[in-house]
Amino acid sequence: MRKCYFDYVATNPLHPDVFDAMLPYFKEDFGNPLSLYEPGMKARNAVENARAQTAALIHAKPSEIIFTSSGAESNNFALRGIARARQKEGKHVVVSRMEHHSVLNSARVLEKSGFAVTYLPADKHGAVDPAAVKKALTKETVLLSLGHASSEVGTIQRIQEIAKIARDHKVIFHTDAVASAGNIPVDAKELGVDALSMAAHQFYGPKGAAALYVREGLRIVPLIYGGIQEGGRRAGTENVPAIVGMGKAAELAAAELPARMEHVKKLRDRLIEGVLAVENVSLTGHPEERLPGHASFTVEYIEGESMLLLLASKGVYVASGSACSSKALKASPVLLSMGIPASLAQGSVVFTLGRENSAEDIDYLLAEFPPIIRRLREISPFAKGWEEKEQGNKCYTTSPESQSGS
Amino acid sequence: MTLKFVGSIKPDVTTDIVYMMCPMHLLKLEEKMKELDKGQILEILTDYDGALEDIPGWCEKTGNEFLGVEDSDEYYKFYIKKVR
Repeated sequence: MRKCYFDYVATNPLHPDVFDAMLPYFKEDFGNPLSLYEPGMKARNAVENARAQTAALIHAKPSEIIFTSSGAESNNFALRGIARARQKEGKHVVVSRMEHHSVLNSARVLEKSGFAVTYLPADKHGAVDPAAVKKALTKETVLLSLGHASSEVGTIQRIQEIAKIARDHKVIFHTDAVASAGNIPVDAKELGVDALSMAAHQFYGPKGAAALYVREGLRIVPLIYGGIQEGGRRAGTENVPAIVGMGKAAELAAAELPARMEHVKKLRDRLIEGVLAVENVSLTGHPEERLPGHASFTVEYIEGESMLLLLASKGVYVASGSACSSKALKASPVLLSMGIPASLAQGSVVFTLGRENSAEDIDYLLAEFPPIIRRLREISPFAKGWEEKEQGNKCYTTSPESQSGS
Repeated sequence: MTLKFVGSIKPDVTTDIVYMMCPMHLLKLEEKMKELDKGQILEILTDYDGALEDIPGWCEKTGNEFLGVEDSDEYYKFYIKKVR
């Protein structure tokens, strides 16, 4: 049976050149970068080289890159570290309801420590309105965090425009660029952000290596205390092979980006056209301003999980909502925040493409998908439609007091 | 060495290491002092309490002049003059 991996937003396979670059650091070059003798120096040089490669991908200075273990850690670090460093200036943080759990749950932790948090909704395309951001900022706001591109619906936010608003209000702006960095051009300076999260396994690097860009001069309270790794801002012996892999993956991504984008975009456009030919299927996210390898849909009258399992039985691997939501069998909070009813959000399916996908993969998918949908609709208790409940997509702000009883 | 509390010293170079972990105050101090010319003043901003002992001690050991420390609300401002 053919195997088609269409879940690149969950993770990417390692690029063979990345694997080769990592290998020596598992074996002969195993030194600790803090050791003063030769094997330590070799490891230290490898980490610093990877820092320069990673910085170059987002047009930053090497000293502005802090290596972490995951995109989630980078997001936790940014939210909690920056808010805590600025808490004397104000205790209000703004995020969108489109964010990854690592941003939303960090925001909830801040609420418990006395911050007020505003959760902004998105429009029907998953875009956050810059005017709504402007309205949400107050004299107390110290931090704004908005994802660059949504991993669930692919929408790319108007970060540059929003960054200007943040700057005008003297609010620090963090963007979660885990889904975008290495997949579309990301220039931290041009975007105008103060902090940016990225993860190696989203651009053919290894899991276990990620980074937080922190603009020069910006203070951040550490998340992990210990030694002086990462300039005294993130303790723990460096995962040298993974960091080396991240650097190599960043270098390859920077060099191959236009070709990679063209490859997946061509396949994605065919996929979207073919999937939309099935009746009662809608594209989610922005029709144009979206990640080039990203195609997400809602399929009426069936549940995403059943689609996912039947497609998997045909060797087609896809996601339904976010990886976390899929596992928890919950309607995606991201789709709900876009005003999509819960019943419809349950029927979400996300295809994300990468460099290993081919035109034959799309042919195979488009042959297998319609009969699966037909079969599921035949047995669906909702096949004749369902009662739609109005779901809120309103902006709301919590106060520390509102948390006390929860 | 006695700790001197001062105010309004004009530095030539400032390095901000607030929230950076120990012993970054000593590593940055050494790194920045190498970049300074003799007679120039370095200002280090740090929230690390141990620096109150470590920075004057480093100055004594290396023969540089510890001008004093200013205690602001969230962090300390240390002033060191490069002598050698």
